[in-house]
Amino acid sequence: MLIAAILALAVGTYTMRLSGVLLRDRLELSDSLQRLLPMAAAALLAALAATAALTEDAGFAGMARSAGVAVGALLAWRRAPFVAVVVAAAATAALLRLAGVP
Amino acid sequence: MIAVGGSFGAITIAYGLPTWVPFLMSTVVFAGGAQFLAVGLIAAGNPIAAVLAGLLLNARHLPFGMAVARTVGPRWRDRLIGSHLMTDETVAFTLREKDPARRRHTYWLIGITLFTSWNAGTALGVWLGGATGDPATLGLDAAFPAGLIALIMPSLHDRDTRLVALAGAAIAVVLTPVLPAGLPVLCALLGIFALFVPRLRVGSAGEGGARTGAAGAGALQAGAAGAGGPRSGAAGAGAVEAEGAVEAKTARGAAVDREEASC
Repeated sequence: MLIAAILALAVGTYTMRLSGVLLRDRLELSDSLQRLLPMAAAALLAALAATAALTEDAGFAGMARSAGVAVGALLAWRRAPFVAVVVAAAATAALLRLAGVP
Repeated sequence: MIAVGGSFGAITIAYGLPTWVPFLMSTVVFAGGAQFLAVGLIAAGNPIAAVLAGLLLNARHLPFGMAVARTVGPRWRDRLIGSHLMTDETVAFTLREKDPARRRHTYWLIGITLFTSWNAGTALGVWLGGATGDPATLGLDAAFPAGLIALIMPSLHDRDTRLVALAGAAIAVVLTPVLPAGLPVLCALLGIFALFVPRLRVGSAGEGGARTGAAGAGALQAGAAGAGGPRSGAAGAGAVEAEGAVEAKTARGAAVDREEASC
């Protein structure tokens, strides 16, 4: 199941990449669709980030993780480098847990 | 790119997935956002949602492909290999060049470099992730969403994209307790309807920058800090100017109302 899911994703992704290259002159995507695709992508990723930050098995994920992500988000907003964002988020969560925060 | 690939590798391992998963994904899928998304949903126990969400996310490669078709070239070998190297970054760097020859050079150079560093990063992450003990002790569970936020942050500078993304995130969080794993994230697509809430459009066109700007910043802070969810309410928006927070919250509330009816 796992390998099937990965291969399905790979084949589908490659098909879309290749189709764009091959159908360049034969396919017309509407402007609104071209505008909506990046937004749909942002919505999916933001949703994954928010659910991963806040929830675990349909419940609250705990303060340590949420606070860690909040620190990371703040850094990302301030245009800190990717590594700094990830490390700061992990370090915050780890330190809070060390201090006994769930 | 190595760092992002590294986080991907480490996080996949932290989720308890087999070691071959990140390697296979990084070579055959080779799309950062979709890989993160798919791994998150697979780990949540819903591989079908992982495929659907990943494909939706990668649908943008269709217009990308049309944009760089001339650059990739007419030869079949180039088209078949070149297509696989297509990513947000490759396309962005390529379209920045004006001269066709330079474009072509850039496309292949950036494409091959990114493919190499992405896979090297994945390997490094798997190695580091495997070497460390309990992922929660190290805060790796916080690293994943933070990394995602860093990835999408540039696109959030666009006001409409930000609105859609935050509405989608709010919908997903609200629906998480009631829907099976994976579905809430897919429901985030309904956040697009936030664009059609008339009051917001008027706000942006009419009385202008300052007000909507504040709302946007408020929403960004609240949403990104994860304070927008139903449990923590508006409390987390403390640092944010009250008006902005309120407006952003109403925006999200309105969007959520719509979605829950249709979801």
